[in-house]
Amino acid sequence: MDYISRIGVSTPRKESWDKVTGAAKYNGDIVTPNALHAKILTSTHAHALIKLIDISEALKSDGVQAIITGDSFPALSGPMIEDRPPIAKDKVRYFGEPVAVVVANSEEEAMRAIKLIKVVYDPLPVVNSISDSIKSGATLIHENLGEYHCPVEDVCPQPGSNIADHMKIRKGDMNKGWTESDIVIESSFSLPQSDHLAMETRNSKAEILPNGNVIIHTSSQAPFSVKEELSKIYNISEGNIIVRVPLVGGGFGGKVAVDLEFIAYLASKTVGGRLVKVANSREEDIASSPSKIGVEAKLKIGATKDGIIKALECTYYVGCGAYADTGPRMAKAIAVNCTGPYNIENVQCDAITIYTNHTFVTSYRGFGHTAFTFCIERILDQLAASLGIDPIELRMKNAIAPGNLSPTQDKLTLSNTGNLVKCILRLKEIMNWQEGSRIITDNGMIRAKGMSCFWKTSTSPTNASSGVILTLNTDGSINLNFGGVEIGPGMKTTIAQILAEKMKMDIDKIHVVMDVDTQTTPKHWKTVASMTTFMVGNAVIQAAEDLIQQLKNLGSIVLKCPPDDLDIKDQKVYLRDNPEIYAPFKDLVHGYQYPGGSSIGGQMIGRGSYIMKHLTSLDKETGKGKVGVSWTVGAQAVEIEYDPRKYTYRLLNAATVIDVGKVINPKTASGIIMGGMSMGIGLATHEEFLYNDSGILENTSLRTYKLIHFGEQPKYIVDFIETPQIDAPFGARGMGEHGILGIPAAFANAISLATGFNFNKLPISPELIWKTMTGGRYDTF
Amino acid sequence: MLEVLGTTVLTLNVNGEDRKVVAKPSDTLLYTLREELGLTGAKPGCENGDCGACTVLIDDWPIKSCLMLTVEAIGKKILTVEGLKNAPIQKAFVENWGFQCGYCTSGFLMVCHALAQIHPDADDHVIEEWLQSNLCRCTGYEEIENAVKAILKKEV
Repeated sequence: MDYISRIGVSTPRKESWDKVTGAAKYNGDIVTPNALHAKILTSTHAHALIKLIDISEALKSDGVQAIITGDSFPALSGPMIEDRPPIAKDKVRYFGEPVAVVVANSEEEAMRAIKLIKVVYDPLPVVNSISDSIKSGATLIHENLGEYHCPVEDVCPQPGSNIADHMKIRKGDMNKGWTESDIVIESSFSLPQSDHLAMETRNSKAEILPNGNVIIHTSSQAPFSVKEELSKIYNISEGNIIVRVPLVGGGFGGKVAVDLEFIAYLASKTVGGRLVKVANSREEDIASSPSKIGVEAKLKIGATKDGIIKALECTYYVGCGAYADTGPRMAKAIAVNCTGPYNIENVQCDAITIYTNHTFVTSYRGFGHTAFTFCIERILDQLAASLGIDPIELRMKNAIAPGNLSPTQDKLTLSNTGNLVKCILRLKEIMNWQEGSRIITDNGMIRAKGMSCFWKTSTSPTNASSGVILTLNTDGSINLNFGGVEIGPGMKTTIAQILAEKMKMDIDKIHVVMDVDTQTTPKHWKTVASMTTFMVGNAVIQAAEDLIQQLKNLGSIVLKCPPDDLDIKDQKVYLRDNPEIYAPFKDLVHGYQYPGGSSIGGQMIGRGSYIMKHLTSLDKETGKGKVGVSWTVGAQAVEIEYDPRKYTYRLLNAATVIDVGKVINPKTASGIIMGGMSMGIGLATHEEFLYNDSGILENTSLRTYKLIHFGEQPKYIVDFIETPQIDAPFGARGMGEHGILGIPAAFANAISLATGFNFNKLPISPELIWKTMTGGRYDTF
Repeated sequence: MLEVLGTTVLTLNVNGEDRKVVAKPSDTLLYTLREELGLTGAKPGCENGDCGACTVLIDDWPIKSCLMLTVEAIGKKILTVEGLKNAPIQKAFVENWGFQCGYCTSGFLMVCHALAQIHPDADDHVIEEWLQSNLCRCTGYEEIENAVKAILKKEV
């Protein structure tokens, strides 16, 4: 088929037919009869000293090859603070923490042996909440906090406390802000820990070859981090570690942390390098592997009587559970964007990462932005109500505009943010806002609409980078190879669309290397932060230009003309002024052969790379600096039908209008936004970790940890605004995470409006509504 | 009555073929399909009957293969996603963007396929009742709803 533009055209993902036939292979789908199986014994206590681990009976159990404990290969891991032993040593800090690993011939035998290990614990007081943790005299979770190595310079744990890091924003003059304010409102907010719940649980395999190469097969969003972390903590040269990642069954941030890879490696090492497989059960995936942060926050906002916001002071306690992982980075993300997409000149924010004896955390879709968006958007609705201003009007008045400064005092432009006002206006229209946002229906129900704006930037390392390699086949088709992992959002296809557009060729002639192999795939920082299309997109454009130049150079010899007289299309290099004179790619890409056999050229390889530009570290006292190349802004709304007699609700509509710069693949883009909204509805209505008084996580199965089921979803409406980002591929901004960001806030605003009570805590269940409105009395029906 | 003691060679009818497998009485059908036959389309998601990613059809009805023992499937007709040969639901899922990561897809396809065979006139209520058996974390379910409605309306 000839070239047709693929930019802005819904293109089914490259792996579509594999995914509807069962042919798609995920990490656990490779049947390996030669593999040994590892099973993890996890802690039954939230905080306790390990007095004794007796493995003698377990070692005698059938099929057992080896048992390892925290003493076998002691080491500490962590991307920000090296605080976590992959297998607990001396003490346990959360329920579900790995305590011992059995390697056996079969999973069944490993499970049987696990039960024979005797662990004697000496329980310690449990730090069971953020408020417990920050109390003076609180039990210390990490006694040696001051001695940990921090691989990043800007994270500073505070010895003698449970504080993993303290991030500050100081912008403008708070006194001036409060003086100029006619009204000041304060509120507290609470968001629980919850789980990523990718449908594929985490699983890894490891083997160590006779030449010393460590081969890791894993379900990961960050194969290059697996390589770097393993190298770092077990002192293996990076070149000897090869990480292979096929399709991943959902990530949502949860597969960013290096987790089971450590266990698989240690297990293999202990049995002489044999292939060992370790896979989480659902319960282990929820309790033992990392989860989402919990947040407690206090906000104080000041505004004039006309609704111009003059000051914002906020304190966020980010509960990272037992180990910090990327917790401090999410606290940073909260701080640097704490105003939401509003122009506030005087800002003070403290985002403090707090250890507790809960499951440790890692990145989660939205990277902290869902938490501050909930707080700021709830307090804006409270402010609007106090001022008697329409909530939409209040947001329009304060919406960020070109020339404003972000909380880190980075200058905003139309290119680096997009057009928020346009998003709000479109949302208003879509949601039929003029009919009113609170309507009592004929049958006594209350139909209410709540809205929220959002913005998000990437807070990546300042040197995050991506690469692309293009090789060619003798039929002139292209192999596209890059290190973004296909975790679901279809980025492999989006990048192919960008390449097809640059090469002006049929996308079916572009073959995507679907799996990532760190030995042969160019590095991509991590598949996170909604940055894959932006970073790899820029790299693939450069690779295409590199290839085009090579084609033109060889073409100029073959076609006897200067390279500049040539152009490419439909896998041909042709003379611009006479397209009938051309050379097909297939005759050029592996060298050109003259009649008679002599050849010139050689195989062509396209190369491209991208590195984040102009990002800086932040000033320690004020937070001044540049954290991301751009923001993506948008507005969201949720409409509910509330039953005042039963305190229950139904979700009617949920809408998102987002300025993505340019939509590369409309159906894929709206699917990703809808998926994000669906997760947001989960956070808003159902999802939370329930710990008992001893810090034991009680809802570790899908029967007790409730997700949205089919039929509970609202009608989704997604619309796009396209204000191009100048330095992005075809103008396309990041959008992978964004659907989730404002949905809990919009929902809470709708419920608050419907009930007349302020709901500043998630999730909002009918039970919570009933308790809030009645004090939990049973005679209220 | 069939008695199976210890590891045994059994014959299962899978995707229209009689296949010999080695199984213990305690092996789940999911385990046998994946590890013995390499039919990895059915996925483990919870192994507790909550997520539906392992759904296959047993005598045309959807069953969570993590909740069925291999020995219980003897003499029954097993259909896995690998046995769907150009069924309308497969095209409908592709055309309606009915999946992202694809991990839950096999299970949903089997439920939708069975629904269309057993209830060709299914209304919204029946569709909801059937599809509540499975979980998807990537989509908003609307895409899956569009796909199943497309086959019920014979648009695919």
